[in-house]
Amino acid sequence: MSLLSLAIWTPILFGVVLLALGRDEQAGAVRWLALVGAVVSFLVTLPLYGGFKLDTAAMQFVEKSVWIERFNVNYHLGVDGISLWFVLLTAFINVVVVIAGWEVITRRVNQYMGAFLILSGLMIGVFCALDGMLFYVFFEATLIPMYLIIGIWGGPNKIYAAFKFFLYTLLGSLLMLVALIFLYTKSGGSFDLATWHKLPLSGTAQTLLFFSFFAAFAVKVPMWPVHTWLPDVHVEAPTGGSAVLAAIMLKLGAYGFLRFSMPIAPDASREWAWLIIALSLIAVIYVGLVAMVQRDMKKLVAYSSVAHMGFVTLGFFIFSDIGVSGGIVQMIAHGFVSAAMFLSIGVLYDRVHSREIASYGGVVNTMPKFTAFALLFAMANCGLPGTAGFVGEWMVILGAVKFNFWIGFGAATALIFGAAYTLWMFKRVYLGPVANDHVRALKDINAREFLTLGLLAVPVLYMGIYPKPFTDVMNVSVAELLKHVALSKLN
Amino acid sequence: MIDKASWIAVYPEIVLLVMACVIAMTDLFVKNPRRTSTYVLTLLSLGVVALLNGLYAQGGQTIYAFGNMVVSDSMGNWLKCFATIAVMVTLVYGRPYAADRDMLRGGELFTLAMFSLLGMSVMISGNNFLVIYLGLELLTLSSYALVALRRDNATATEAAMKYFVLGAMASGFLLYGLSMMYGATGSLDVNAVFKAIASGQIKHQVLVFGLVFVVAGLAFKLGVVPFHMWIPDVYQGAPTAVTLLVAGAPKLAAFAIIIRLLVEGFLPLAFDWQQMLAVLAIASLLLGNLAAIAQTNLKRMLAYSTISQMGFVLLGLMAGVVNGNTLSAANAYSSAMFYMVTYVLTTLASFGVILLLAREGFESEEIADFAGLNQRSPLYAGVMAVCMFSLAGIPPMVGFYAKLSVLQALISSGQGVHIALAVFAVMMSLIGAFYYLRVVKVMYFDEPITATTVSAPLDVRAVLSVNGALVLLLGVVPGGLMSLCANAIVQMLKT
Repeated sequence: MSLLSLAIWTPILFGVVLLALGRDEQAGAVRWLALVGAVVSFLVTLPLYGGFKLDTAAMQFVEKSVWIERFNVNYHLGVDGISLWFVLLTAFINVVVVIAGWEVITRRVNQYMGAFLILSGLMIGVFCALDGMLFYVFFEATLIPMYLIIGIWGGPNKIYAAFKFFLYTLLGSLLMLVALIFLYTKSGGSFDLATWHKLPLSGTAQTLLFFSFFAAFAVKVPMWPVHTWLPDVHVEAPTGGSAVLAAIMLKLGAYGFLRFSMPIAPDASREWAWLIIALSLIAVIYVGLVAMVQRDMKKLVAYSSVAHMGFVTLGFFIFSDIGVSGGIVQMIAHGFVSAAMFLSIGVLYDRVHSREIASYGGVVNTMPKFTAFALLFAMANCGLPGTAGFVGEWMVILGAVKFNFWIGFGAATALIFGAAYTLWMFKRVYLGPVANDHVRALKDINAREFLTLGLLAVPVLYMGIYPKPFTDVMNVSVAELLKHVALSKLN
Repeated sequence: MIDKASWIAVYPEIVLLVMACVIAMTDLFVKNPRRTSTYVLTLLSLGVVALLNGLYAQGGQTIYAFGNMVVSDSMGNWLKCFATIAVMVTLVYGRPYAADRDMLRGGELFTLAMFSLLGMSVMISGNNFLVIYLGLELLTLSSYALVALRRDNATATEAAMKYFVLGAMASGFLLYGLSMMYGATGSLDVNAVFKAIASGQIKHQVLVFGLVFVVAGLAFKLGVVPFHMWIPDVYQGAPTAVTLLVAGAPKLAAFAIIIRLLVEGFLPLAFDWQQMLAVLAIASLLLGNLAAIAQTNLKRMLAYSTISQMGFVLLGLMAGVVNGNTLSAANAYSSAMFYMVTYVLTTLASFGVILLLAREGFESEEIADFAGLNQRSPLYAGVMAVCMFSLAGIPPMVGFYAKLSVLQALISSGQGVHIALAVFAVMMSLIGAFYYLRVVKVMYFDEPITATTVSAPLDVRAVLSVNGALVLLLGVVPGGLMSLCANAIVQMLKT
């Protein structure tokens, strides 16, 4: 078994063992086993970075064997510069989430931990799949654990949120399924992505395919105006669920644009780029404004996720090196930062059981250590230079200005909104005098919480100060992708 | 003079018939209220029959026996093998339920199940209108009696009555259609009818007239809109163990006679019957999915879900012949067969859980009865959840690959109409996902209304676990079963 298979199946195997053997009576053992599973799963992804060759755009660590002979579906895995970091990010966030759920989850611990481990394996599968059907199976299968996580451990309105999440995303991906089968037929019976990338397609076919993929990925990203599920779901999901959803699951959609829409339908992508750019700009500006008026912290961060993901899609569809790389960097950065934001809210929620901004005030007085972390993450969320949030946004804006000054200008204004809503929330929650007895009674974070936030603070700072390891990996692959997209596939 | 090969071809059916009679006799001497020895003997005989059918199917030979009256081919033998296993599994799940409800005072449950299986086998092997009809009647008559097995239960009796009246009418339809076909072509033999129609000498109008009745009869047996009225009532009214006997294995036999009649017999009329199937499929997908949303009774919900699932099977069957070209036939029919087999597998497991939760004096057939099942028994909740996700067509459950292969058959035909139908079908399965998810929601998100633990005899537990695991595992490695169906259909089409 080679590395990618290990990365996918180790967490799934641990998850299945937890589901099969875990009992609430031995919750302690279950937690430790989950942690061991998550750490081992993360460790097996590290050699991927070590062994990755920077000078080629070809897929690396490729595995290929026949899976479903009748439909010529292959178990075909591989990573390139675009997907490599997401494999590591997923496994890393999984460790953080397991630690974050340590004391918070007391009921059905094995199912909680098992669901997260299986989910992380499935998501790594999405990033590694080089076969259209394999991709789809992993992509869809992620819905099941997430549905259960939201529905079982979620807030008061969890059932509405779970159904909305499942059905909304299923709607998009079912159209993609039809598109995948259509491509299978067109390519003479192949689900191979590389074959699809080379397949010449007529303009109409490309447009139809582009919009089928758009349905699946735009919902997942989520792009305005199909973003409405995200705030509802984030508010109700448990902290760990929100973190994984924002950090990884949204990236599945953006990644799909790079792997499917752009290379398979390059002509349609160029033709309809204006639409994506327009929607992205609306997301960064309008949704940024919407975030400003939120009273619920989780909703605020959810809208801020939509705005940040707007930068990602904007970067992709200006078709320049710096834009696409910036988009990918922004995805990784947002993975760390949004997870951190949600976990910070989780820390407060566990103590006060309120997500309302108005329930807090002056938290810095009682929780100084925690506030230091929260400040760092808030700064990263605004895109302050020196934090992870800056690099990607800056690259995207640079690319956008080169592409069209006014688009760049619009995106840059959004940074101001980002700073405004994040800092205003920070001010209202953390600064000022102690607002009420709840805040007065707050205890600062314990060692476990310190560990989870610390684990996230390190990459947030590192990526801001020295982003080279991140951008180096993707340069060649992004250049290759853009070269491919620039060529017409019309026949 | 009947040659030896003929006897060999029907050997599994002979074993079944003999053992059904033997079991009926020996059961008279069984005193045990749970009929353990009858049960074991039945399972053993069915096991032998399944094994025989499996071996025949492995052998892959096609034998026409008794002057073309019956055929033993790979497709038929696999279907018989699966049907036999399905009946075995049904009996395992159903015995504790039946024992609690006074249905085991005699061994009728076992003998009638065996006779209905014999009917299915004859249907599947039939290569002649009359043989197929005889098999069908043997199956349905046994089923009527089975549904009425709880004599003192008003809903069961009502269901039996409805089933009987509507079923008799459908048999009448089918028989009428077949006799029209006989009148037009002058033969009862499926292959001879095929040749007669293909010759183009027979007046098209007469054939289509007969065809309408045949399709209507088949549609009734399959339970698709607008011939679906009996399905919800019988599913809900019959004792659950019998519901499973009606809902599981017979679907495979119904699929077989559709193939035998429509494909092997009337393939030259494909243009006509494909249009009929398209209408039936669209109506079934629409009505089945929409009506299922409104149900609170799980058995009734599964009944409507069956209707929509059968719509999917019809979509696969109607994609075989494009513009008179039969190139994609094997692809289309094998996808339908795969769909049917996996559907039966999933149905078995989901009804298995319903049967398991039913206790003496408590039916556990309302969806609300499943509240918080995950806390009472994670294993059975898991099995049920896997089944629901499979029926909803979410990967990696096997139901997804069934939908995938049918959609692929539709889209590969390259017709704009077919692609539109595929989009319609996936939109309908989105609606379907809602009510399947609701069952998962009730089991996982709601608090239990009772704290009683779920207990089951060892045999039920073992079979149910394997059954549930198969729904998931066949989803992780679906290749084998898919190739099996493909090979069986290719071979059937060759002859």
